[in-house]
Amino acid sequence: MPEPFEPLEARSDTPSDIATGTATLEGGPRGRPWLRRPLPGLRWRAAGRPAPGGGPAPGSRGLWTDAWHDLRRNPVFVVSALVILFLVTIAVWPQLIADGNPYQGNLAKAQDGPAPGHPFGFDLQGRDVYTRTVYGARASITVGICATAGAALLGSVLGGLAGFFGGWWDSLLSRIADVFFGIPILLGGLVFLSVVTSGSVWPVVGFIVLLGWPQISRIARGSVVTVKQQDYVLAARTLGASNGRMLLRHIAPNAVAPVIVVATIALGTYIALEATLSFLGVGLKPPTVSWGIDISSASTQIRNAPHMLLWPAAALSITVLAFIMLGDAVRDALDPKLR
Amino acid sequence: MARLLDVRDLRVAFRTRDGVAEAVGGVSYAVDAGRTLAVLGESGSGKSVTAQAIMGILDTPPAMVTGGKVFFQGRDLLTLSGEERRRIRGAKMSMIFQDALSALNPVIPVGAQLAEMYQVHRGMSRKDARARAVELMDRVRIPAAAARAGDYPHQFSGGMRQRIMIAMAIALEPELIIADEPTTALDVTVQAQVMDLLAELRREYAMGLILITHDLGVVADVADTIAVMYAGRIVETAPVRELYRRPAHPYTRGLLDSIPRVDQRGGELYAIKGLPPSPLALPTGCPFNPRCPRARDVCRTDRPPLYEVTDAGVMDAGAQGRASACHFWKEELHGLDPIDPLGTAGTVGPLGG
Repeated sequence: MPEPFEPLEARSDTPSDIATGTATLEGGPRGRPWLRRPLPGLRWRAAGRPAPGGGPAPGSRGLWTDAWHDLRRNPVFVVSALVILFLVTIAVWPQLIADGNPYQGNLAKAQDGPAPGHPFGFDLQGRDVYTRTVYGARASITVGICATAGAALLGSVLGGLAGFFGGWWDSLLSRIADVFFGIPILLGGLVFLSVVTSGSVWPVVGFIVLLGWPQISRIARGSVVTVKQQDYVLAARTLGASNGRMLLRHIAPNAVAPVIVVATIALGTYIALEATLSFLGVGLKPPTVSWGIDISSASTQIRNAPHMLLWPAAALSITVLAFIMLGDAVRDALDPKLR
Repeated sequence: MARLLDVRDLRVAFRTRDGVAEAVGGVSYAVDAGRTLAVLGESGSGKSVTAQAIMGILDTPPAMVTGGKVFFQGRDLLTLSGEERRRIRGAKMSMIFQDALSALNPVIPVGAQLAEMYQVHRGMSRKDARARAVELMDRVRIPAAAARAGDYPHQFSGGMRQRIMIAMAIALEPELIIADEPTTALDVTVQAQVMDLLAELRREYAMGLILITHDLGVVADVADTIAVMYAGRIVETAPVRELYRRPAHPYTRGLLDSIPRVDQRGGELYAIKGLPPSPLALPTGCPFNPRCPRARDVCRTDRPPLYEVTDAGVMDAGAQGRASACHFWKEELHGLDPIDPLGTAGTVGPLGG
């Protein structure tokens, strides 16, 4: 407190005070601002009350503004979000940082180490490892985002309806989800994807959605069941809200947070899963450029040319880590109980 | 004259793992427009379940309405379709909950929640609905209503939240409001303000009000008639003054005797012995007999019907419509010292039996 006699209005302009909401001390006599100075040792409290002049107070925050407020201050979130932003950018426009051709190689340079203009060296077919690593982001990000979007959409709609309506629909859906839970992912991938000849990302996305939705649907169902029992849903019913309105306006916004958290974390694991399947030769197939494929083909030459394995593996690790860290940060922000 | 709400022999049962529990076992009560009926009873007496059955918001299963009729403006609600009942809810009858913090949606600003009532039921435009919402907040005396419409429920104090809850309930000017313990979560000074507001709005809109409570103090000021419930049944109904002056059921007397009184400071507070029975295992005979200080053999074998209490007019000529579910209501009514409202009478004690 540099100037103890400074009036409240002036104080609340200091960013550190309003950063945590409205900083107010109640009870000071109005019209005598010099009496409103905080007592020594009293801390400014974030109070859920409006500023004296009425109007939306700086503390007008719901769950989402609150979460955003926390996230912006979380270094884990900032770092992972920047990494993800970068990855998404190069997935869309790889030419921005790599002007080479990921498909064309020069066999004379096969397995060569770094050379001027080729910082990561060359792979088995003499293709530039740097260019391939950059282009590989596209497959991973596409699979991660599309599979997560699909699984989250399917899972939350089915799980949400099951939770809301209950009864036989709930039982049926939960049993179907159990069946899909029972399929080991790798074994399932080997079986399902080995019959697919296309090497593009869509069969892989489809497979991951197929095995990923039950996880989301369980979370969504549990969340909807919890929210459904809240008094405000009963109150909405008392005031004549229809089922659709209750679901969309009162239940969904209150139940969606856990789904977002699980989906964000799942995104990272889906990317790793794609790489695993591609490594095993059943996921993406050439000519699609994928880190998994490159890791697979480099693995046989790990003693002669470790650089071929190192770069795509590092890119994969960083990507997966970034998404999982983002998911952790989002979970912390959306679930105050974990703090 | 047709009554606004006429509940007749309503029965609600819950299917549980241990069998069927009859939570409401034949409740009848009625409310007229512009009048207040207080439903009094301890937790688990079935007073809230009855209200939810009237509103049609019971979760079925596990709850089932197993019998009775609920006439609202002459129509039996229990015969209407789900959609017809939904249209009545909010517009014709609405409900106020105990804990406004949990009864308001935490992620929607209160102004928008209020406006929703007009958008859904009246098809108003968003802008008009918002304007009406602010008017309504003003009506329930929320200071700086326009400025606070954008605030979330958690930013209001308990009393203010309950006002918003009330505003939502009266938004469409319903004919009947059921208030389920509207002041239990509030502190005493705010309780009085909220009750006054409710009473004022009831007068202004000539609404019928069912006030569900376990607080005898709240009831005395605002209610016209009282229905006392015990173990899913009505044990006594009476005009409010009559009931306080001369209860005709030992349970009611027990409740009245357990109110702390200034002139008995320092003495031990009276409490009704025992616990309410489980709805899965109601005692035979009168459900109150295991706790009744004056229970006799017949109380343990025969369930008392709701007797009409006829000669209550000794103290109040205007009294009528009294009923008591006690075999010995006459003794209850006449044989005991009346509770003196000023607390000057010396003896308030049970008669041997």
